[in-house]
Amino acid sequence: MLRTFRKGGIHPPDNKLTAGTAIKRLPVPGVVYVPIAQHIGIPSEIIVETKEKVTVGQVIARSGGFVSTNIHAPVAGTVTKLDKIVDSSGYKKQCIVIRTDGKDIANIEETIFPLKKEIALGPKEIISRIQDYGIVGLGGATFPSHVKLAGRPDTQLDYLIVNGVECEPYLTADHRLMLEKAEEIIVGIKIVMLALGINKAIVGIENNKKDAVALFKKLTENESGIQVAALQVKYPQGSEKQLISALLKREVPKNGLPPDVGVVVNNVGTLFAIYEAVQYDKPLTERVVTVTGKKIKNPANFWVKIGTPISDLINEVGGMPEGQYKLINGGPMMGKALKNADVPVTKGTSGILVISEEEALRKEVQNCIRCGECVYVCPMGLEPHLLMSLSEKALFDRALSEDILTCIECGSCSYVCPSNRPLLDYIRFGKLSAKKLEISKN
Amino acid sequence: MTESIIYSVVLLAVLGGLAAMVLYAVSKKFYVYENPLIAEVEALLPAANCAGCGSPGCKSFADKLVNTEDISALFCPVGGNEVMKSIAEKLGKVVAEKDPTVAVLRCQGSCDVRPKTSLFQGPKSCAISALIYSGETDCQYGCLGDGDCVTACKFDAMYMDESTELPVIITDKCTSCGACVTACPRNIIEMRPRNKRDLKIYVGCLNEDKGGIAKKSCELACIGCSKCIDVCTKGAITIENNLAYIDGLHCTLCRKCVEVCPTHSIVETNFPPRKEKKPEIKEATQESIKTEADA
Repeated sequence: MLRTFRKGGIHPPDNKLTAGTAIKRLPVPGVVYVPIAQHIGIPSEIIVETKEKVTVGQVIARSGGFVSTNIHAPVAGTVTKLDKIVDSSGYKKQCIVIRTDGKDIANIEETIFPLKKEIALGPKEIISRIQDYGIVGLGGATFPSHVKLAGRPDTQLDYLIVNGVECEPYLTADHRLMLEKAEEIIVGIKIVMLALGINKAIVGIENNKKDAVALFKKLTENESGIQVAALQVKYPQGSEKQLISALLKREVPKNGLPPDVGVVVNNVGTLFAIYEAVQYDKPLTERVVTVTGKKIKNPANFWVKIGTPISDLINEVGGMPEGQYKLINGGPMMGKALKNADVPVTKGTSGILVISEEEALRKEVQNCIRCGECVYVCPMGLEPHLLMSLSEKALFDRALSEDILTCIECGSCSYVCPSNRPLLDYIRFGKLSAKKLEISKN
Repeated sequence: MTESIIYSVVLLAVLGGLAAMVLYAVSKKFYVYENPLIAEVEALLPAANCAGCGSPGCKSFADKLVNTEDISALFCPVGGNEVMKSIAEKLGKVVAEKDPTVAVLRCQGSCDVRPKTSLFQGPKSCAISALIYSGETDCQYGCLGDGDCVTACKFDAMYMDESTELPVIITDKCTSCGACVTACPRNIIEMRPRNKRDLKIYVGCLNEDKGGIAKKSCELACIGCSKCIDVCTKGAITIENNLAYIDGLHCTLCRKCVEVCPTHSIVETNFPPRKEKKPEIKEATQESIKTEADA
């Protein structure tokens, strides 16, 4: 029996249409829009001016504090303006617009980095390099990685968990990366283990990616510190707390973080970015993005420069199908609907999903029938139906005492609700209001 | 027969007497003294329990009025100066005098001038849709049209106009309690001075985008052209972030800015028609507000 997390969870249809197609490189776009708020924490500060020439990997926005990170120019070219562009949040946000220089060699030729296994740097240098090169968690949360790795003095770490779960339906970016860059990821694991001063790591991969499991098992045969574990397929296993529960049977306390149980979790994409930053001085300027959807002609995975407009990606897979469609940034479960196709790819964009109108349209909302299905599937052990009605009635102090803030917004409750109730919409609103209330109380 | 009647009557009388004694003792023992002034002040308050003053209800506001030394910071927006004056007389304290205000919707983005570019299917609540994205139109500053303000209004002074999908404020019923201002996630509703005959001039737009972008998302958007500043003799207009703002306290309602505004984003309400020597006084009805706003 394969391992999985203890409470709740659902089994949405996989729809991994692009699992078999290799990652292609997207041609460098003509214009990139680089938002300055791509990570959780303080937005970066712009340090370039209009009409300034930038080279690939040049810092264009400096870290705005400890929980913040640098942003680098993804292409060589000229800064044409500093403007506000609608980003994945649905609002206009400050962006740096760079027109690509079509003649620059760095834009035309792809540099190939051979595998480099020897790690020349010490722990402190590794962490400062991760900070300088703008590495953030690429699983979707975009939490600056150096903050995670800097650790806390009061906690004793013993495990690095490598997140190769990719439990979101449709997305295959991490899966393909694991198949194509397995050795690099393993070096990345060793780099992070060195930085944290720990000697145990577990790679967690869901069992619908049998090829990745087999490959990692083969490559880590002689590595005593690195284990590879195949996990039962269940959503939301890719969430930190659920993954820790599945692999180590440890429960992260309420309002706590993985270091409280001695664990640091990193996504495979992040580890690959760390590998490139540490071994080859390469800042985070590109990532793998799955572009998919049932009606898309040629769904595929791409290496995409940060700041590329999503319309470029859609054109590359055969354009938008006819009719009305819903564009989602991320997977179908936790992804966010986009306002238009001009939204740029950011560090957190793991996939672009195109969903047809009939799939996307919500069904009529009916009354709660108290079936308890949402309680049964909630991986955090909450009562979503209760939290929804508390949010609806603006009883935020009670919602707070019902632990609304521990909700991970996985959407399992909305997925299973037979009455089609918008549970997550209300809970998300309640969470925000409850957080405000908590801050005003303290 | 008569015996049983007598028994039950006597028994009930005795029980009643005992209960009365217990109740009397308890009411004496647990008597809570309340300043009779509180009840008197409460009687003066409008009893709307709207929380516009900051207290949960009229009773607690009365309690606050009686028990606070300096009540110049406290004000009942529903009762206004009249009520506050009578309270001041009763309590012998000094109260602040405030100019009456009225809620004003600073957005004219009806369906025909502000085209929809996307469809939102989530719960019908402005607070929730504002969390997720910038609204069904391309204007991220304007009205979301889900009517959180209408739900918040306890005086039936607002309703949703189905043709424009914008809320309408019935000025006569508005008590300026401020519930709609708090409910609106976009801060579109502003409390502006209530002028004679409900005359109002204000910029009906909050779009801070540059002219071209603003105009593209909404025909009636303020483009920050500063023509209104040039004609204003009182210096009541300021422009910040490509958006004009008319200070209601300095505005003399001369209507010069309304004439020069190229996008018609400056709204005038309840003014008599132009070029007439003897202006008629219009009633501030719902229709007049609506037609003026549409015009």
